[in-house]
Amino acid sequence: MLDFFKSRLFFVSLAVVIIAATLPLYVSGYVLGLLTVAYYFGVFAMAWDLLFGFAGEVNFGPTFLIGVGAYTAGILNNQYGWSVYLCILLGALASVIAGFVLALPALRVRGPYFGLTTLVAVLMLQNFVVVFADLTGGEIGLTIPDVISIDAGVNYWIALGFMTISAIVLYGLSQSPIGLVLQASGQDPVQAGALGFNIVKHKLAAFVVSAFFSGLSGALLVFYFGTASVGTVVDVAVGVNVIVAAVLGGRRTVLGAALGAIFLIVAGEFLRPTGELATFIVSAVALLVVLFFPGGFLGAALSREAR
Amino acid sequence: MDTATNNPPVLEVRGLTKRFGGLTAVKNLNLDLRGGEIFGLIGPNGSGKSTAMKAIMGIERPSAGEVIFQGENVAGLPAHKIARKGFGMVFQHSRPLNRQTVLENIMVALLPDSLLMFFADKALTERAEWIANRVGLGAVMHRRPPTLPFADLRRLELAKAIARDPKVVLVDEPFAGLTLAEVGAFSELIRSFRDEGRAVLLVDHNVKSVAALVDRVLAMYLGEEIVTGRADEVMRNETVRRVYLGGAIETHARPETSFEDRVPFLQVENVSVFYGKAQALDNVSIHVHQGEFVSVVGLNGAGKTTLFNAISGFLPYSGEILRDGERLRGTSPARIARTGIVQCPESRELFGEMSVRENLDLGGQHLSDEDREKQLAWLFELFPILKERQGQMAQTLSGGEQQMLAIGRALMMQPKILILDEPTLGLAPVILEQLSKALERLRQTTQITVLLGEQNVTFALPHADRVYVLEHARIVWEGDPGRFAVEAGAGYL
Repeated sequence: MLDFFKSRLFFVSLAVVIIAATLPLYVSGYVLGLLTVAYYFGVFAMAWDLLFGFAGEVNFGPTFLIGVGAYTAGILNNQYGWSVYLCILLGALASVIAGFVLALPALRVRGPYFGLTTLVAVLMLQNFVVVFADLTGGEIGLTIPDVISIDAGVNYWIALGFMTISAIVLYGLSQSPIGLVLQASGQDPVQAGALGFNIVKHKLAAFVVSAFFSGLSGALLVFYFGTASVGTVVDVAVGVNVIVAAVLGGRRTVLGAALGAIFLIVAGEFLRPTGELATFIVSAVALLVVLFFPGGFLGAALSREAR
Repeated sequence: MDTATNNPPVLEVRGLTKRFGGLTAVKNLNLDLRGGEIFGLIGPNGSGKSTAMKAIMGIERPSAGEVIFQGENVAGLPAHKIARKGFGMVFQHSRPLNRQTVLENIMVALLPDSLLMFFADKALTERAEWIANRVGLGAVMHRRPPTLPFADLRRLELAKAIARDPKVVLVDEPFAGLTLAEVGAFSELIRSFRDEGRAVLLVDHNVKSVAALVDRVLAMYLGEEIVTGRADEVMRNETVRRVYLGGAIETHARPETSFEDRVPFLQVENVSVFYGKAQALDNVSIHVHQGEFVSVVGLNGAGKTTLFNAISGFLPYSGEILRDGERLRGTSPARIARTGIVQCPESRELFGEMSVRENLDLGGQHLSDEDREKQLAWLFELFPILKERQGQMAQTLSGGEQQMLAIGRALMMQPKILILDEPTLGLAPVILEQLSKALERLRQTTQITVLLGEQNVTFALPHADRVYVLEHARIVWEGDPGRFAVEAGAGYL
């Protein structure tokens, strides 16, 4: 563990965070806004990688956890006008509970069925939002009266700070003894069981942690946007983006997932002048990376260092 | 040993039964295991020994019976609870964490089953280092598993199993894939577990390979105990001999000179195959003449299936495989099968949800309607039961019928060489007899060339013209089946 503070990864990460923190002093509000969204996305992707990269469970429905957090926070603020921070906290809690309720039965089924269960959960949430339009704003979206701040710099710093803290917690967890047991369970559940580890308990814990950070990030995001809609926090396409970001950045690296997310969002924006082609180009790059560098950005970099 | 027999048993298994649907894999098994004892659970493939071990460990939930550990019945508990009570299991296949070092892999086994352990303490590291040295991994403990040779990966499995100082150590096929020198080193390690007072349960295919190591042996067949006793007693037991060697075997070998082709029809020359680091075939050479019936005898893991898969073109290999003097390398598996080398694999690979007739028709796909009808009629004569079962779904057939269907489907392709990989796997003796008769008829009524892989010597010898013995990836004996029992039979008890 202490070795980490001497590793190159630590110094590089530290330098990146410090440079990122100074950005509001010299870049435009437009760039800051873009990066703010990218940072929240980074947390989605890191939380997802904890489940896939370590526990070995493919969660096809990251947006179920994100959406529950986002909409719970948004609805509470919209309906009762509770304070922003209370709503965000309750959103994260709702996501944890929803994640727990989903994962408890889902982890008992094996192989691809876990992934299918999570996918169905997203579709159900999406339908719920559309059907209960009075409460959720339906397809038009939910208007959220309060925002955390209207200052682009402040919003940016909150997102950066939140991503940094999430990264420390999630990366630390992945490198801790719990992370090791999770990896062992993901790789060979029978053997991990025979070594005396309750696999369901460990995977459930991973799911809950993943849900907490996804929900928290989702809630923060809607208070930044000032609106919650299916297209931004629930749609399957958003979930696919989260997954692509994590795989692009590097499976089992946690930190790579954040890089992947930032790349996806920023690249998508830069390519906006190409119109419809933007999505295509980003997807093609993602496909090439997955095919030729299955370790992702960070995986490729780290393995070069190891060599 | 003498002191050990006076101790009360650490582990008592009473009436252990495991059913999978209609199949009873383990039937009313009883055994006692004492501290400081090595106990062998022995049986041919499909005899239920591995299932018995998994049921003891809690990986498979027993259908009935008790597993009493130090006076407490642990049957029905999940594996992680049983493990925490004092059980360690050495798996045959190792899948270590490849991004972590050997030491970290061992540390995983030492961790508590807790969600609050965020930092590994120093004592844990020291203990892991001690264990690494203990099993002979001291020099490589800071390396990552992918850089280690196969034997060291097996050592890592041993290390993980004994990490938490278990009272009972279960070892699944301790010597699979190891060279003879490594077998010696591993035997020493397992003996040292016994000397520390642990109870060791070994699972293996034959008595001989573990005879020098075990204090007592339980031989099983078709899920049931045949006999328990000292290794030499068990090897002398009549039933055990019959199961492994059969009774007096009548052979009908035709001398090799009676086959007229000057260049053998199929030649395998100096073929070697590696799976990662494990060598599955080491410079193997065999040949088969047109019309000849050749048996390759070998225990599980000896390399029979690998040899057949190399011939069928499924595996990359070094050396050459020639048919009619022509190299097969570079020919696709589909083409090899189409042009007459047809394999009937160990796992049968039937199309379970298709009818018997559809399975056979698929085999005869390339024939004209008329030829297919003729071939089918001939086949139904060979296996009358398949005619009766034509409309039935393949997966609903009994094991023996499925095997006949698998052979039948291969025969529908009108093979020049039929490769049969362990057709007797998991079949009852009465079915063996039917299969045996069918092979006999095949041999007498057709010109077909057969290459048979078997660990069941009783089945492999009677029809064979020539026999090869494959052991630890090498051909160690070749000759007339009549001489087998005298010259090579001892290895098959």
